[in-house]
Amino acid sequence: MSAQTLARPRPASTAIRWSRRAAGALAFAALIELVSRTGLVDPQFLPPATEILARAAALTADPEFLAHALTSLIAWAAGLGLAVVIAVPLGLLLGSVPIVDAATRSVVEFLRPIPSVALIPLVSLLIGTGTQVRITLAVYASLWPILYNTMYGLRLVDPLAKESLRSYGFGPLAMLRRVSFPSSAPFITTGIRLAAAVALILVVSTEIVAGRGEGIGVFMFYAGIAVPARMTDILAAVLWVGLFGVLVNAVLVAAERRAFRWHHARMGETP
Amino acid sequence: MLEIDNLSHVYGGGGPNAHHAIEALNLSVAEGELLCIVGPSGCGKSTLLRSIAGLITPTGGQVKVEGQVVRQTPDNLAVVFQDYSRSLFPWMSVADNVALPLRRKNMDKRQRREAAHEALESVGLSGAGRKYPFQLSGGMQQRVAIARALAYRPTLMLMDEPFGSVDAQTREDLEDLVLKVRSHHQMTIVLITHDIDESVYVGDRVVILSKAPAHVVGDLKVDLPAPRDQITTREHPDFVHLRAEVGRLVRGHATV
Amino acid sequence: MRTRRMRAAAFRTLVLVVLVLAWEAAARAAGNTFFPPPSTIVVRMHAMWFSGPPSTLFLTEDAIANILPSLGRMAVSFAGGAFAGVVLGLAVGLSARVYDYLDGVLQFLRAIPPPALVTVFLVVFGFGLRMQLAFIMFSILWPVLLNTADGARSIEPLHLQTSQVFRLSRTERLLRVIVPSALPKMCAGLRLAVPLTLIVMVFSELLPGTVNGIGFQLTVAYQSFDLPAMWGGIVLLGVLGYVLNELYLIAERRLLAWHQAAH
Repeated sequence: MSAQTLARPRPASTAIRWSRRAAGALAFAALIELVSRTGLVDPQFLPPATEILARAAALTADPEFLAHALTSLIAWAAGLGLAVVIAVPLGLLLGSVPIVDAATRSVVEFLRPIPSVALIPLVSLLIGTGTQVRITLAVYASLWPILYNTMYGLRLVDPLAKESLRSYGFGPLAMLRRVSFPSSAPFITTGIRLAAAVALILVVSTEIVAGRGEGIGVFMFYAGIAVPARMTDILAAVLWVGLFGVLVNAVLVAAERRAFRWHHARMGETP
Repeated sequence: MLEIDNLSHVYGGGGPNAHHAIEALNLSVAEGELLCIVGPSGCGKSTLLRSIAGLITPTGGQVKVEGQVVRQTPDNLAVVFQDYSRSLFPWMSVADNVALPLRRKNMDKRQRREAAHEALESVGLSGAGRKYPFQLSGGMQQRVAIARALAYRPTLMLMDEPFGSVDAQTREDLEDLVLKVRSHHQMTIVLITHDIDESVYVGDRVVILSKAPAHVVGDLKVDLPAPRDQITTREHPDFVHLRAEVGRLVRGHATV
Repeated sequence: MRTRRMRAAAFRTLVLVVLVLAWEAAARAAGNTFFPPPSTIVVRMHAMWFSGPPSTLFLTEDAIANILPSLGRMAVSFAGGAFAGVVLGLAVGLSARVYDYLDGVLQFLRAIPPPALVTVFLVVFGFGLRMQLAFIMFSILWPVLLNTADGARSIEPLHLQTSQVFRLSRTERLLRVIVPSALPKMCAGLRLAVPLTLIVMVFSELLPGTVNGIGFQLTVAYQSFDLPAMWGGIVLLGVLGYVLNELYLIAERRLLAWHQAAH
């Protein structure tokens, strides 16, 4: 490392960083193309990048694939949405009423560490193999990060802000609405971001284990049976799932930054 | 000891956002001297210090320490930064912080520990070796940073606004510590400050820089009776006179 | 302070006991095969796993044949995945430029839900232990890698300057300055990896072609409609998740003592 780079690392501009990311992605694709075309990795296992990309493009016009993708998307959105609707109010309640928190703490501590995929067989026995199973499991898995982060955010609320509002005669509900909720919003968003990833894991896992009906995991399951002939199909579907994950993550990170503006202002940081 | 020859530094290349921090700066410091450099804030003092320490490569001119052109940090040079909370390593105990640089000095573990203990003793922190930096006050942390530099036994010690982040009382204590250290160890000290009183009180010589791009606008010898004392020295007529002189030079060029 | 904490713990235990009793009563009253009472589950867990001879620490053959392989898979793949994540994360995070180039690709790889790639692993490695280990390692690699890289990247510039002024060697700079300052972020990644290891381990054992493991026992219970065994597996995995998480937190607290106290 030269003295020049050590002393004052100047962060590259946004445009440069984006072009570097793009260059990195291109290089990654080129690497796959190369090892596949030269036979360094068996092309049956890793088809050339151009073929994967072409297949991924073709899948967007394939009604069967679209139906699979849509089913998964609905299960994911419903699971995450229900988890938000349940976990945020619950977190606000547990975080602001200590006695309820103390009473339920042991239950939460008991349920949270259960790995959600372990419930796949039980829930399948209870409600079959349809979309409800995926939604139920996605809700269960994504409940915890949202609940946990909501409660964590509430704990960090500035007591001074609460006191000043109380001194103006505001009641506990107004306090929740005007202080506690807005200032824990960034943490809630973080919880939702983590939950979105977990919900996707659960939907895909359940579909693969069940191996029936519709869904992107089912698509992969059948392509997996026909492998290596359909390796390109699997990787093209993986590409779409990964891009979807990146998109959701990016949207929620942006939401977090927005919700966090007050935080940066308070801490004197630049967002 | 230290020769700065026609030094210039421009940040940001030659583009429209280029910032000329230093321009054609000449300065020489004799062996054993305690030189204070004052200048308006943002004038390029820190850039000068980083050039001497080899942390940045100046875009023009050169710096020589003991006759050698500086390309990387010279041997036997230590720096005390202003921001002690970020220059000490929070994951190491105070003694480990002080002993860390000695690994380059061919000392075994026991020797390093003894040297660290000795350095801590000389800054009045003999009992603090096992503590972690965050357990100490700001002034004490800066003492640790000074001890770390002393243990290294440098021939040239650079201090970048070392007392800029501590309260007034601590500041006076630390100024006296520098004077004490200086009389016990044979070393050349270059201390950068924006405090005019401090520069006159501590220095043998005060160099005043203009606002950016920095160059030397004044070079005064400080001839105050030793030992210096926070009360009597500061009311000495020469002190008052020098302080006014430095102030005029700093302001004169700061408000243009 | 201390008595208050003890009273809170006692209260929580009391609530838990009351809830378990209520669950017991409700399950007995309902008599639904899907929801066996907790006493049945516990008896079944004991019979299944913990009624063995003293020579095997009271573990049954079933426990040795299933629980131990699951734990082994987790231990090996957590160690491997975490090590690879830390090393690669440091390599990526040490240069701002390298980080910029790889950021997009790494974000993409992390965003892929690991189960989506399981068919690829099946094809490459075939059914069996090698596939499971590779799959779990691959799954936990990304959170560890990205967090470590982030930590190594956001190192305090003054720390680097200090190590340069005192002319620390490359190794010293890496081991004594860069790694410790990346440690808090690194631990954040590992904290995510612990439950994820358990999740993907169970998932990998639910796949057809598995011959042992706690997940495999769940599948067997599913196929034979053995609900107490299935509930037993779930409870065991919950306890396992809790214990592993606590163990990790103890290790982390020791590692980050300076950090927690300083912030």
